[in-house]
This record gives sequence, C-alpha cells and structure tokens, in this order.
Amino acid sequence: MKEIRLPAKTENLKKVIDFVSSELEIHSCPLRAKFQIELAVEEIFVNIANYAYRPEVGEATVRCSVEGEPLQVTVQFFDRGKEYNPLSREAPDTSLPLEDREIGGLGILLVKKNMDTIDYEYREGKNILTIKKKV
Amino acid sequence: MVVTQKREEKHLVLTLEGRLDTTTAPQLEEVLKSSLGGVTHLTLDLAKLVYVSSAGLRVILGAQKQMSKLDGMVVKNVNETVMDVFEVTGFKEILTLE
Repeated sequence: MKEIRLPAKTENLKKVIDFVSSELEIHSCPLRAKFQIELAVEEIFVNIANYAYRPEVGEATVRCSVEGEPLQVTVQFFDRGKEYNPLSREAPDTSLPLEDREIGGLGILLVKKNMDTIDYEYREGKNILTIKKKV
Repeated sequence: MVVTQKREEKHLVLTLEGRLDTTTAPQLEEVLKSSLGGVTHLTLDLAKLVYVSSAGLRVILGAQKQMSKLDGMVVKNVNETVMDVFEVTGFKEILTLE
C-alpha cells in the first residue's frame, strides 16, 4: 500500500486527490469510478481537516491500494484527532423542500453512495476510516 | 475552476469550467456575492464542469435559495457525473434543470 502523510489542512486537498488519482490512473481505473472515488476522498479528507484537530492542525495519513481482478480500490485515512465516527451521523433528508434544506451530512452521504463499503474504527488513539470499491 | 460571467440586464449567466470543490467553491461564492446586485434571474451553465463535491453543492444551494425569492435560477448542460451527485443528494428535485 502506498502512503502519503501530511498536515490535515484543506490546502492539501489537491495533494491527496493527486496521490489517489495517480494510483487509479496507473491501473487504468474507469473515469466514472475515478470521479466517484475522488469525491469520497475529498469529503473524508476535508472532514478530517475541518474537525479532527480543531482548532489545532494535526497530521493525516492516507493509504491507497489498487489490486486484484476485478480491481479493488482501498483507501484508508488515519488521524490522531478527536474520536469521531462519521457513520454515526444521522443521514440527511434529501427529500425536504428547498427552504428546509441544509448541507450538513451530504459529504458522508456522498461517500456512502459512491463506495461499496465504508468502515470506521478507533484504535490506539487513531481514527481509521477505510473505504473500498470494486471498479 | 474558471468562472465566466455574462450579464444581460437583470439576467446573469455564469459558466463554470473545471472542478467545483472545497478549494474552488469560495471562488464561486465570491463571484455570486459581488455580481448578484440587481440580478433577478441567474443561469448556471455547467457544460464544462467536470466535478462537484458537497462544498460546491453548498454554494449552489445558497444561490438557489437566494434566487428563489426573485425570478429564479436555472442550471443547464449538466453532465453525467455531476448529475449523479445531484441525484444522490436530492438536488435534482430542488434545482430547475435544463
């Protein structure tokens, strides 16, 4: 598994996306799946950047593997911030009329809808989020 | 992302090109803040928009809420990948798509 470690700041989003994208490109991941995975990676990384260490800045580690036949993409996120399980959050109501709509929770919804599995664990002081998708 | 503006009296057309994500959403928010004065009808042309995340949705929702009090907002030329995001999040129902 390849790995990138960097300060969890939204300014570093591009680095994280480029890291994952280049792994996907090496394995000729179809464009549509690549877009869906990038979307999930953005939503998770930005969540860590905005909340994990607030108001401080800490580090995040992102690991990525693309292997098997059919191709299975696995991306793992590690941070040492506050314990937080994004899966515990209540799903937003996507059928509400315009005036009642809020944006909270849409990010994690996009992760769930675009990936096959998403697992959270808190181990040895680390939040570990693992997302997988067959492409 | 590149945002191109075209104003015809009270109608503003914004053409978005590239990626509307956490990094670029503030740019669109800024354009909206500075350009909507006197505008009653807004069109977002997304033909060249290849990617949108929840940060972009937040700005689009804000614009939709603001314009719904006036003559409205139309979103046109949405490609397949962006439409997927609108569909999953229920934005397809609250936006006027053309």
